[in-house]
Amino acid sequence: MIILDAKIPAGPLASKWDNHRRNQRLVSPANKGKYHVLVVGTGLAGASAAASLAELGYNVSSFCLQDSPRRAHSIAAQGGINAAKNYANDNDSVYRLFHDTIKGGDFRSREANVYRLAQVSSAIIDQCAAQGVPFARDYGGALETRSFGGAQVSRTFYARGQTGQQLLIGAYSALMRQVHTGQVKLFPRREVMDLVVEDGRACGVVVRNLVTGKLETYAGDAVILATGGYTNVFELSTNALSCNVSALWAAYKQGACFANPCYTQIHPTCIPRSGPHQSKLVLMSESLRNDGRIWVPRKAGDKRPPNAIQGADRYYYLEEKYPSFGNLVPRDVASRNAKAMVDQGLGVGPSGHAVYLDFAEAIARQGESVIREKYGNLFEMYQRITAENPYAQPMRIYPAPHYAMGGLWVDYNLMTTLPGLFALGEANFSDHGANRLGASALMQGLADGYFIAPYTISGYLAGLKPGTGKAPAADTPAFQATLAAVSQKMAKLTGVNGQVPASQFHRELGLLMWDLCGMSREEAGLKQALTKIPDIRERFWKQVRVPGSIDNLNQTFEYTRRVADYLEFAELLVNDALERRESCGCHLRVESQTPEGEAKRDDEHFRHVAAWEFQGEGKAPVRHAEPLEFETVQLAARSYK
Amino acid sequence: MNFTLKIWRQRDGSSTGAFTEYSVKEITPDFSFMEMLDLLNHDLIARGEEPVAFDSDCREGICGTCCIVINGRPHGHERGGTVCQLHMRSFQDGDHITIEPLRVGSFPIVRDLVVDRSAFDSIIAAGGYVSVKTGGAPDANAIPILKDEAEAAMDVAQCIGCGACAAVCKNAAAMLFVSAKLGHLSRLPQGRVEWKHRVLDMVTAMDKAGFGNCTNEGECEATCPKEIKMRNIARMNQQFLRAALTHR
Repeated sequence: MIILDAKIPAGPLASKWDNHRRNQRLVSPANKGKYHVLVVGTGLAGASAAASLAELGYNVSSFCLQDSPRRAHSIAAQGGINAAKNYANDNDSVYRLFHDTIKGGDFRSREANVYRLAQVSSAIIDQCAAQGVPFARDYGGALETRSFGGAQVSRTFYARGQTGQQLLIGAYSALMRQVHTGQVKLFPRREVMDLVVEDGRACGVVVRNLVTGKLETYAGDAVILATGGYTNVFELSTNALSCNVSALWAAYKQGACFANPCYTQIHPTCIPRSGPHQSKLVLMSESLRNDGRIWVPRKAGDKRPPNAIQGADRYYYLEEKYPSFGNLVPRDVASRNAKAMVDQGLGVGPSGHAVYLDFAEAIARQGESVIREKYGNLFEMYQRITAENPYAQPMRIYPAPHYAMGGLWVDYNLMTTLPGLFALGEANFSDHGANRLGASALMQGLADGYFIAPYTISGYLAGLKPGTGKAPAADTPAFQATLAAVSQKMAKLTGVNGQVPASQFHRELGLLMWDLCGMSREEAGLKQALTKIPDIRERFWKQVRVPGSIDNLNQTFEYTRRVADYLEFAELLVNDALERRESCGCHLRVESQTPEGEAKRDDEHFRHVAAWEFQGEGKAPVRHAEPLEFETVQLAARSYK
Repeated sequence: MNFTLKIWRQRDGSSTGAFTEYSVKEITPDFSFMEMLDLLNHDLIARGEEPVAFDSDCREGICGTCCIVINGRPHGHERGGTVCQLHMRSFQDGDHITIEPLRVGSFPIVRDLVVDRSAFDSIIAAGGYVSVKTGGAPDANAIPILKDEAEAAMDVAQCIGCGACAAVCKNAAAMLFVSAKLGHLSRLPQGRVEWKHRVLDMVTAMDKAGFGNCTNEGECEATCPKEIKMRNIARMNQQFLRAALTHR
């Protein structure tokens, strides 16, 4: 039985990280080259960690499933990255960023982790500027910032609406520099099939070469998973098509606890779905809420075109209900209210599943050129998809699954419950509690990769005997056994030989999850989901078809395997949601509401992290609770009114 | 809408490929091009045939994965967009559409429409960065950057590395791609320090990867989904010449 030990350092909050660093063991420069670290994933967290570890002198192998590390999904992040620089002189501080993040996460994250995140945030901006990230500048040449949901200060740094792209290219170029020196070996088009565990610690990976179809094994002294989030469990989400839970799921089955899987974020501003053919939902950055005003017609059934509805006939529901934050309420509040409007029949557009995001006033006030400079690429993207011009008429938006706050449980060192296995970025659960604030994902990914993991992994490696400097052997009995198990599982999947494409089961699962385990959840629905998921899974394993051979590039096989894992993982997610009988963060639990219909948190019973431990196939997992202690912040009901 | 698709099928890098014709039916105008291919593959799998291999990931025009050649043009006929942003409303009902992989010697075909673009990564590895280590960076505001310069750097930094520029060029030149990276970094004070090394090393890597040279056709600029301008190539040539003559 696993005992959760978060290893939070002693001392006052503000000096915990310094104390911890002081107490970390170091690896001598002469010995660093005798250790090998495997880094899976090349998004912000993975690329920054791989580059930084290699710069220190460790041998790094970097794996990604895309054709190039530059394509990881961090690239799609639009709005920006938070940092407590106080450049805007609006009284921002490390404490305020920390406090906003804890409060935004609805008091479901660790104080110590979040404080550290706020502490290192400034250095991230410095690092990225030094790499040549072309952040937006003012006329004096200084960095520009903008406001984001859940904060009353302007601390979000950005590069047009392509901040994620620019930060990722920064991290990617640092990574490629290390590839050039030979310190990093790059393995693109490789997908992790399983982890190898020997003597109770992670010591390698089995990957599939997606081009040749061959299984390959790699050994290392530590393994980092930076494989992103799992909201594609909802089938349609803002995630890229290849985003999957499979590496995390393999880690879970090898002994890493999965924390808070039910914490998924529904992003309020996405382009609404247009039909059943749709393959993904496109996000419109939250930064748009800086200048856009959200409204619906005040009368249900008002089918006039938006520009014909004026004055009192418009219901600016966020501004009316939350006067102090207005359109900049956190994501969960914005999403829930959009859904409430649609449920009341006030939705707009052909489907009725949308609300307006209107820029007419901002354009009148600031001029079209200013709006174009801030959001030009987003407006263009919107027009390409919908064939509507957002400069002339309001955008239609609706919430969509976006980000996974849950992930592998990690301690203060970002190590999972499986020794030697670290999880970084969206793949871990650590910093966002039950709701992530906008522009904080990029911050966390880079904080983990550039400034936290290099220190804590060094601390872990210092406790291991250094190797010889050559790549460690990847053919021990543990490797052979894992390899055999992976082959067997692959053969099982291709051997089903049914009639039905995996996408059909994925769609069925996604709709079920959206309806019964989306923004609002209740016990009866969750229990219903728990009976339906095994049924879908059973049919999947009888009817699914993977055509062709798996001895070469077989994208259907790749996808089908990911769907198979989602069909198992979904059950854990729903179980977690069922056990958390409180509303918190992104989720309204129908049984837990205030008399006014706002979400009601239950600190007495649920002020903890839920970490699930795998017990074997077909057995119920064990739910552990890590209590959350708040020494500095006052727990309060979140109010953005 | 109904379409006839002529798609390049090739088992792997060492086999010969050929076009196969497919018809897709009942497509609505708000289908994206990729969603139409999804539908085709769904039907192929259900019929027990092997689906068409093609790369695509973010489906919002930013990851650069999805570049294929549609009716002879990488990313299709719409300017300033990627394949995944191309919608069927821009085609006519009944159109015959030819779909091929990028045809560049330096991008070997992996399967069907999938190619290996790691040659681009090798060019970046040769020098497409500022040689700065993690930690020790000065305060981000310590070095002011003229707003116009930052914007100009951003214009080229948006390159998504899709390979369309090289594929559309009759010389298979990667010079728009390389010049975008050089233009991005050399416009910023952080990147200016090592500009000579960078231009020499990246051009050498570009030649080594087998890409051709620019003869001012202008196809790359017309095809680039991020509308990166050809004048960056002129800038790169000028930098290269200066560096080659003065570098020791």
